[in-house]
Amino acid sequence: MAMNDDQIKRYSRHILLPEVGGKGQKKITNAKVFVVGAGGLGSPVALYLAAAGVGTLGIIDGDLVDLSNLQRQVIHHTSDVARPKIDSAREKIVALNPDVRVVSFHDRLTAKNALDLVQGFDLIVDGTDNFPTKFLINDTAIFARKPLIHAGILRFSGQVMTILPGTSACYRCLFKAPPPAGMIPSCQEAGVLGALAGVIGSIQATEALKLILGVGRPLTDRLLTYDALTTRFRNVAIRRNPACPVCSDHPTITQLVDYEQEVCRTA
Amino acid sequence: MNVKLNGKPEQVDQTTVLELLRARNIEPQMVSVEHNLKILDKDHFATTPLHEGDSIEFLYYMGGGG
Ligand SMILES: [Zn+2]
Repeated sequence: MAMNDDQIKRYSRHILLPEVGGKGQKKITNAKVFVVGAGGLGSPVALYLAAAGVGTLGIIDGDLVDLSNLQRQVIHHTSDVARPKIDSAREKIVALNPDVRVVSFHDRLTAKNALDLVQGFDLIVDGTDNFPTKFLINDTAIFARKPLIHAGILRFSGQVMTILPGTSACYRCLFKAPPPAGMIPSCQEAGVLGALAGVIGSIQATEALKLILGVGRPLTDRLLTYDALTTRFRNVAIRRNPACPVCSDHPTITQLVDYEQEVCRTA
Repeated sequence: MNVKLNGKPEQVDQTTVLELLRARNIEPQMVSVEHNLKILDKDHFATTPLHEGDSIEFLYYMGGGG
């Protein structure tokens, strides 16, 4: 499909980049990205991917917009309080870029629906706020063999990692299982600097676009950590764990599991 | 002995990973430990000795994002 004049103008700053060009912009237009969570991380991820012209954005979130979300969830406005997050997100995405097709699910990701939901998407971005879902998304990506951009934030810190199933280290290569319930404070309990979600979510969107374009070196086999208080970024080299319960040659987890523990929900 | 802890050179007296965690007041359940590029099983924290020049990373769980 050829770009019309408006699209050439809209994406001109991308097309100008030799690494993108018209060909790369078409790859973005054809891309289908599944964003789990329309919250702190999901907001910048969805907005930047929409602005970039990602053709299909899948978004799942079962929550309603709460006043306490607006300090960081920049896709939602004051007038959206009490509305489903996916409705609010869809509206902003379409207003920003009508080229984007939004496929939204007012639901939570579960062991039952996860594999079906990610079918038809090229890659997954984790914008969730709890460990059970983070582990579920990791396992879903491994089983469905879909690239995943993982991230987590807390207080003034964040971490990001790209996972190419079967090729690079996965989340469980680092963290075998969720921490014991109540051990790690949630953002709801411990707080989070709103702009930090923008930093980390924007990195996720950037890594997603790199994968779509096939440019540069993906954030694989390393955990990017960011400490806002010292403004320090670190790349911690990570290797695939031969004892990983899900992505090793002898996995002990062979189907999706719902962990009961709830951390940082609705935050 | 001299080790690299989370990328920084540090002098430590402890001889195992578990002792080092305890000395830093870090609850072993709350971190993943990478020792010379190998992610340790939590059961091995107590039995993994530290040597001069080792590289140790304490990786913290971060579950937020909403
Ligand atoms: Zn793994």
